[in-house]
Amino acid sequence: MAKLPKPEQLSKVEYKLPGKRWMNTPVEFKEGMYCNGTRPDYLETVDFPNPRKWAPSDEDWKLPENWKEIVLNGMKERLEKYRSFRLFMDICVRCGACADKCQFYLGTGDPKNMPVLRAELMRSVYRRYFTASGKMLGKLAGGRELTLDVLKEWWYYFYQCSECRRCSVFCPYGIDQAEITMIGREILNLLGLNTDWIAGPVANCYMKGNHLGLEPHTIKSNFEFMVDDIEEITGIKVEPSFNRKGAEILFVAPSGDMFGDPGTFTCMGYMMLFHELGLDYTWSTFASEGGNFGSFTSMEMGKRLNYKIYAEAKRLGVKWIIGGECGHMWRVVNQYMDTWNGPADFLEVPVSPITGTRFENAKSTKMVHIAEFTADLIKHGKLKLDPSRNDHLKVTFHDSCNTSRGMGILDEPRYIIKNVCNHFYEMPEDTIREKTFCCGSGSGLNAAENMELRMRGGFPRANAVKYVQQTHGVNMLANICAIDRAALPTLMNYWVPGVDVAGLHELVGNALVMKGEKERTQDLRLEDLPEKEGAENV
Amino acid sequence: METKLKDILREKKPAILKRWFDVVMETYPAEAAGFYKGAKNRFTGPVGYTIHEGIDGLIDGLINEVPFEELSPLLDSIIKIRAVQKFSPSQAVAFIFHLKKIASEEVENVSSAHSAIDAATLSTFESKIDDLALTAFDLYMQAREKINELKVEEAKNMVYRLIQRQNQLYEMQGQGPKIETLNLK
Amino acid sequence: MGALFSFVVVILLILIAYVGVAAVGMQSIFGTVVPYAAVLIFIVGVVYRVIKWGKSPVPFPITTTGGQQKSLPWIKQAKLDNPSGSAGVIGRMALEILLFRSLFRNSKSELRDGRLAYGSAKWLWLAAIAFHWSFLIVLLRHIRLFATPIPSFVSLLENLDGFLQIGAPRLYLTGVILLLAVTYLLLRRFYVPQVRYISLASDYFPVFLIVAIASTGILMRYFFKVDIVSVKELAMGLVSFNPTIPAGIGSIFYIHVFLVSILFAYFPFSKLMHAGGVYLSPTRNLANNSRAVRHVNPWDYPVKVHTYDEYENEFREKMINAGIPVEHSPAITPEEEEKLTEPTDDAEIPVGKE
Repeated sequence: MAKLPKPEQLSKVEYKLPGKRWMNTPVEFKEGMYCNGTRPDYLETVDFPNPRKWAPSDEDWKLPENWKEIVLNGMKERLEKYRSFRLFMDICVRCGACADKCQFYLGTGDPKNMPVLRAELMRSVYRRYFTASGKMLGKLAGGRELTLDVLKEWWYYFYQCSECRRCSVFCPYGIDQAEITMIGREILNLLGLNTDWIAGPVANCYMKGNHLGLEPHTIKSNFEFMVDDIEEITGIKVEPSFNRKGAEILFVAPSGDMFGDPGTFTCMGYMMLFHELGLDYTWSTFASEGGNFGSFTSMEMGKRLNYKIYAEAKRLGVKWIIGGECGHMWRVVNQYMDTWNGPADFLEVPVSPITGTRFENAKSTKMVHIAEFTADLIKHGKLKLDPSRNDHLKVTFHDSCNTSRGMGILDEPRYIIKNVCNHFYEMPEDTIREKTFCCGSGSGLNAAENMELRMRGGFPRANAVKYVQQTHGVNMLANICAIDRAALPTLMNYWVPGVDVAGLHELVGNALVMKGEKERTQDLRLEDLPEKEGAENV
Repeated sequence: METKLKDILREKKPAILKRWFDVVMETYPAEAAGFYKGAKNRFTGPVGYTIHEGIDGLIDGLINEVPFEELSPLLDSIIKIRAVQKFSPSQAVAFIFHLKKIASEEVENVSSAHSAIDAATLSTFESKIDDLALTAFDLYMQAREKINELKVEEAKNMVYRLIQRQNQLYEMQGQGPKIETLNLK
Repeated sequence: MGALFSFVVVILLILIAYVGVAAVGMQSIFGTVVPYAAVLIFIVGVVYRVIKWGKSPVPFPITTTGGQQKSLPWIKQAKLDNPSGSAGVIGRMALEILLFRSLFRNSKSELRDGRLAYGSAKWLWLAAIAFHWSFLIVLLRHIRLFATPIPSFVSLLENLDGFLQIGAPRLYLTGVILLLAVTYLLLRRFYVPQVRYISLASDYFPVFLIVAIASTGILMRYFFKVDIVSVKELAMGLVSFNPTIPAGIGSIFYIHVFLVSILFAYFPFSKLMHAGGVYLSPTRNLANNSRAVRHVNPWDYPVKVHTYDEYENEFREKMINAGIPVEHSPAITPEEEEKLTEPTDDAEIPVGKE
């Protein structure tokens, strides 16, 4: 009989010795930690360079012969265009304050997932080619040759960063790894090095107006299902309109809300709210995407996709825009949209037709976050709410990275939740608000093939949810992000079974007392509401 | 389990816990292990924390002969982590067996001073660890299956309404008038 | 390896100065030429670096928001962590630069005895702030050597710094704090595994250099007790561009000056430039008001887009069929025209809202 290995031998996994410096440790592509490479037609659709069939695990990435020159020129150009980039390449002192702030490092333990080291992957090349000391002293000055291995390492680790900016909050100089990742990805895209999961939605959105590639008639018929469900639940038929000229408001939501669960429940919540208010609004099939996977690719691609929102607002002649619940969409709206595609001088400063509130904070961009809009309605007592309809839920709130660290919309959603739910519990302080942990799937990482990465990167978040589940019996994780709604159910299912995921406006929809509605026996998921004790109908 | 063995194990628990935790950590690459070992805060070092708390609870449970159903969640929390960490199934659960060796060594050290613990008593304890290992295999398989299931589930959720619509289209096919040219005005 | 290399370099630098002064007698080189050159390199270098940073624009307002935004009037804004105007930005920068606000965020929560406790991991913050402030005060105290009469704030600093009234010459606290803090920062690089892993030679070198500078300074003041009158004479000569080399100043002084000169000359080419860079950091020095005030990108250029017309051209028929309004109806073929003239029931199917 063959000799069986002893347990000690089995569990000893062969790993590189720690003594080795990181610069000399070549990247190893581990299954489940990275996404598939881009297929050529996606790149062709948006005229991106080097479309070809390739797989990250291939030895040969089929790069153009002068790839090195392209990369270095790409770096040079961006050093001249972005003060952030040049500064962040220069001023890091490697104090390590960011190291244990990254959920991907916390979850994987891979040192190259420390924000500082992820940045050093590029900084080492910067020093070698763009600083005097690096040119002269090379390795001694922390410089590193740009080789194919280094390039592969960039790809592997820049697509293991969710651009969440958590590191940036703790950095004494505000160095933002998200910015470095974004520029890193932009440079990789010069060689056609993207992921299928990002490039696909980009191509779809470019041609058809949304990430899923749904055509106008499909969008409309999808809504019919939601309209039917709302009627079944409330007895009220809401009537969303599409591409309607002369509406007062254009509403733009992430397309995930229109087609995927549990996003559609959020979408139903939007429609119920707007119907109850009698809001003069329209959806657009052309600008049917609030999210922007282009921004995970390059600034230019982000701008090309984002263009549709203002263009459509102008064509339809609306006065202003409301945006739905989405994380990176709001990073883009808050920090890029006006610069890219503004000024939106054909629109008016947003004024809520219900309360008369003038949204001064959005007076240039003319786009209001739906949580701001709804919080204002509740504050003015314009909504009749029955929070007991959410009594079967014990709710906690997950701040999305982009809305907390690239905008700061923290208290509006909390105010709404407290008004539509009776049971709300915060997660521990270090895991919410500006210190929130990422779902592990942001910035286009929510594919299936990198599930292990997502589960590990999302573990710190899940762990905090588990804590409130154990201490307060929390069973619902509310959020204001479409990627959260797509990715968190999976994360919860694995780490914290028993916790479901809902968008904010699903909870609003549950609690909203509508004029002429029938007695609610079901929530927006068509699940029976628990019998109410001494139920007095509202 | 004999009371004497229990007492010895209880007394030696801190040492056993430390050694076992170190062994588990040795299965990680040095850079990661160093970090996990140092960071055992519940929220800022969740991996180290979960593993440490998990094996702590397992040792207590084994000593106090807690029913298996109660140990299973603790084991599950560790195995779930290891199931997404690129271990082979055997590598993922092998750490359980180390407890046998560590425990018996620690017991031996003490038992010479006390009157000896006989082999039979010790082997009852060890067979419990074997049971634990078998459970760990089950949990590992469940976790892996779950990952695959989640991939499918997620893809379905993402286009839930499309599937709903597709189903209805098939039902409706062939019915109703074609309305291609009706809207020309 | 980086540490050893840096250590050796600093030792070599000390030897160079020592040999140069004690054996070769190049006091005038080490007392005048080197400091002048160092200061020149420092000024030119820093200006060059800052101009280089300044030349790269800030195309997008990428503030990192660290608290509640300004939105509705009744929602309390975090004015310093998420500023909406210049006052807030100035406040935020002041907190950042004077108190290291972001580093201070390094809190940690842990479970102790089954209860959730918030401890803090503020050692890095403490050491960093102790190091930088004491360094600044030490530097300012040196003004007494370069100015007659000694400015009153310098005397005040000295009194505060030496309030313990220990020893003669009086012990300055900041010197000790500086040495302790920088030693902590060095040990941290050795003993915290992650920090050791990321540290480069260029991280160890300035630390060793500063340890050496502080040590030589302390040695010279309290132990070797160099002739302070001659030192001042030399210093005054330097600032009045009338350099003199008084006799009888110990070699330790020249070593100290040489190391300081090296630090000055090294400064603009190193990570030490973070001192200037922090002011320019776009995630910190911009207000989060980009929805209220448009930020202009100076290198903005038109991009290729997919227009609504192109979109409608592709989907017009489907849109019409689904009752979604369109801009342009397709040209009517004769066949269709014929059909349209006959009244049909189908015409009642709605065309859309318009």
